[in-house]
Amino acid sequence: MKITDDVVSGLSALDRPNSYIGRSVPRPNLARLTQGRGQYVSDVALPRMVHVAFVRSPHAHARITTIEAAAAKKAAGVVAVVTGAELAKVITPWVGVLTHLKGIKSAPQHAIAVERACWQGEAVCAVVARTRAQAEDACALVEITYEALPPVTDPETALEPETPVIHPELGDNLTFERVLSAGDPDGGFARADAVVEATFVFGRHTGVTNEPRAIVADWNPGEARLTVYQGTQAPHMMQNLFAKHLGLEEQQVRVVTKDVGGSFGIKVHIYADEMATAALAKLLKRPVKFVADRLESFVTDIHARDHRVKARIGVAKDGAITAFEIDDLTGIGPYSVYPRTSGIEANQVVNLVGGPYVCPNYRARARVVFQNKNVMCQYRAVGHPIATAVTEGLVELAAARIGMDPAEIRRRNLFADDAYPATGASGIKFEKLSHHASLDKILAMMDYGALRAEQTRLRDRGIHRGIGFASFIEVTNPSAAFYGVGGARISSQDGATVRLDATGTVFCHTGVTEQGQGAESVIAQCVASAFGVPLERVRVVTGDTDNVPYGGGTWASRAAGIGGEAAWQAGKALRANVLAAAASMLQADPRTLDIRAGVVVDADGGRERMPLEEVARIAYFRPDTLPPGFQAELMATRHYVPRAWPFAFTNGVQASYLEVDTATGEVKLLRHWCVEDCGTVINPQLVDEQVRGGIVQGIGAALFEHCLYDESGQLLNGNMMDYLVPMAAEMPDIEVGHVVTPTADSELGAKGAGEAGTAGAPACVMNAVNDALRPIGAAPIVAMPITPERVLKALGRM
Amino acid sequence: MDVHDLDISLRVNGEDVQARIEPRQTLVDFLREDLALTGTHVGCEHGVCGACTVMVDGLVVRGCLIFAVQCDGAAVETIEGLSDSGAIADLQAAFQRRNALQCGFCTPGMLINAQDLLAAGGVPSREAIREHLSGNYCRCTGYQAIVDAIEAVAQTRAGR
Repeated sequence: MKITDDVVSGLSALDRPNSYIGRSVPRPNLARLTQGRGQYVSDVALPRMVHVAFVRSPHAHARITTIEAAAAKKAAGVVAVVTGAELAKVITPWVGVLTHLKGIKSAPQHAIAVERACWQGEAVCAVVARTRAQAEDACALVEITYEALPPVTDPETALEPETPVIHPELGDNLTFERVLSAGDPDGGFARADAVVEATFVFGRHTGVTNEPRAIVADWNPGEARLTVYQGTQAPHMMQNLFAKHLGLEEQQVRVVTKDVGGSFGIKVHIYADEMATAALAKLLKRPVKFVADRLESFVTDIHARDHRVKARIGVAKDGAITAFEIDDLTGIGPYSVYPRTSGIEANQVVNLVGGPYVCPNYRARARVVFQNKNVMCQYRAVGHPIATAVTEGLVELAAARIGMDPAEIRRRNLFADDAYPATGASGIKFEKLSHHASLDKILAMMDYGALRAEQTRLRDRGIHRGIGFASFIEVTNPSAAFYGVGGARISSQDGATVRLDATGTVFCHTGVTEQGQGAESVIAQCVASAFGVPLERVRVVTGDTDNVPYGGGTWASRAAGIGGEAAWQAGKALRANVLAAAASMLQADPRTLDIRAGVVVDADGGRERMPLEEVARIAYFRPDTLPPGFQAELMATRHYVPRAWPFAFTNGVQASYLEVDTATGEVKLLRHWCVEDCGTVINPQLVDEQVRGGIVQGIGAALFEHCLYDESGQLLNGNMMDYLVPMAAEMPDIEVGHVVTPTADSELGAKGAGEAGTAGAPACVMNAVNDALRPIGAAPIVAMPITPERVLKALGRM
Repeated sequence: MDVHDLDISLRVNGEDVQARIEPRQTLVDFLREDLALTGTHVGCEHGVCGACTVMVDGLVVRGCLIFAVQCDGAAVETIEGLSDSGAIADLQAAFQRRNALQCGFCTPGMLINAQDLLAAGGVPSREAIREHLSGNYCRCTGYQAIVDAIEAVAQTRAGR
């Protein structure tokens, strides 16, 4: 492999003389990260800092009878032992509901369990000591007696009358239900020549961020301020919630987020143990640090995707899809997670099933139920992997039933590329997508005809290879429709402040955060291009509620599309301000000037007039030489939020080529392709790597990852030996292509790219496995992860 | 100080270090907590993820699977030492150019393991690179960029 250096690509839609839009410039923060000079929260150490460890419930459901802490309090290094009831005097409980999810309900959740533990791993008592080791030692000395209560673990029986109700005050175990009927589903199925049914099962899995959740909370009574160093995706959301539940004003809370060792949606929620850490800091008047260890991560980091979807599709002989129907059931643990709720994933499944296809006949029901397992909530590509696997699984099963090529059935049903704006069956609105161009492109990239020929040739030799596809849509750039309208104080707008320094350097403060995806680079590219300086003269500041504009942070593939547009607009505003100053110095008309490569030039012809450092020098140190009444403004702020569309849908298609060992049931991934359309590509390398990383995360779901619980609610494989994640040796090389359909909702036209890979990968791997096994009479595999055991069972060999 | 604490003396990144430590302290905790060498990361503490990879007497070691007392008399190299000496500067540059890291948490371990592979000389196949990295977990990249970067450095070092 030769690494190609950055070249000006043809993808740029914004043609400034020194534009970085569409170029693979390297990220500014990589040098220090490769040198081990990152500043992760787990590295933070403050004066007087103490460490908290939690005693966690070994039961899935139990009444806490007694907590005897005397021995623990006397142990070496121990500063405090605090129970849930004691901590409840410092921090109020929360309820994870939003008003736009009609009827959603949940129960108050405490920072530390009070009276009752509702899942294995819920914190029951906190031990604070001078070192983490001492805190853990003393945890072993806390004596807790429990009265075991019957656990509710199976979503299928959660709503039956004989099943205990986890929160009796709620009346039943139903968190949320949504029913949708569009078009004429009964008529659609009646008209179908074939109806294919399947029950898709998705294994509960989790994020396994390389750096576990980490927080250092520092209450300074002298300032009456709480400073929280936290690996989070949403600093302003956290600021609001720490203040709200600790009885503080927002200005008394500062959230600082430096380097974060992986997020993927795991680090955008309220976690009881992190709230407890902040409350303990307030209680003890000193910094308290909590870093989840790996075993704690498995039982407390949100899980996701525990869905069972009964689904069917109607199809005519000519391949036309006549109807879709789904019935989704998902178990989300004992609480709806705060503040985004645990109803969103099922809601997304209802929204997205059938999404790429012209088929107005659609019936859906989704039920979300409580259970005594770890909580579930939004994880990378929320709902998309499920909706895509159900839709694409049905489409390929239908194609097989009527004897049609899987590419051809898509061609006959995908929304036409000139059919926009369009509305999906569930009511979702598409500004402009490119399903057919994407499909054509991926077929060319794969050399589809040759690949099919190779597959046939090898099958004759007893080698079973499969080709699977997944067309997909992805929700990005969310407006207030996602959370704000439901009453959550989660900002959908974002801001950027740019400032010309006295030496001609540009600082950009942005509300979006860097989680490793490259937001800092993208923001710098937008500012450098709009303002007119070399990239290395832009310094980006993120992740500090005292110092950046109010914003939502990083989630739902929004940082580039929303934060990038705000930075672009702020860069333009600063250019206008600086040109006004330069014009007054040069006694010129600002409209005749421009800024290129850090120099004020004649807009026409490009003759150099004065460098930016000279403009700054005069504005900051010799303003006395400027005309009377002229004030240079070398700082500008702009905000942006999408207004024309609730979400900027993106689209794409993935394909997988793999081989199944019919003796062992093992799946070997050979090649993987993705064509995706995220609109304007600001940094092609970063987009491609988001796609690749996302695909591998989706492959994990397809083949390996599964939080296995027994009937009593005990997690059986909560460690990295037993919970399998994708490692280098099993992963394929992935080829990424693009179709570019900018959104007209912003000047940049960029949509999100962070979740497309994860959205489509499980579906196309599943389809490829079935494509490999169908000719030898295997039953369709519609349960994930696709383990060797499931393959052998499908083949009737187990 | 506990009566069971032990005195150790070792070289870390070329500097002599003497310390009195608890026998149960792992090497990675000693490096991070006692020496503030936070470039070595803690990911799983049970030897699977590879975030704590360091070199001990020239061998690649999981810092969470070895006690600090076992390193008495040893020479330990961490990402900080390898960076300052310039020993892996070409790998670091290739990782940056290829965006072979996103969050960067696995990167010090990846780089040290890559250096170990390339120390054997030659240009390993992509499969061999993937196999060698199979004990280093990366959730962000999907591994391909890492393989690309290592392959490119192997080719450059081999003069190809």
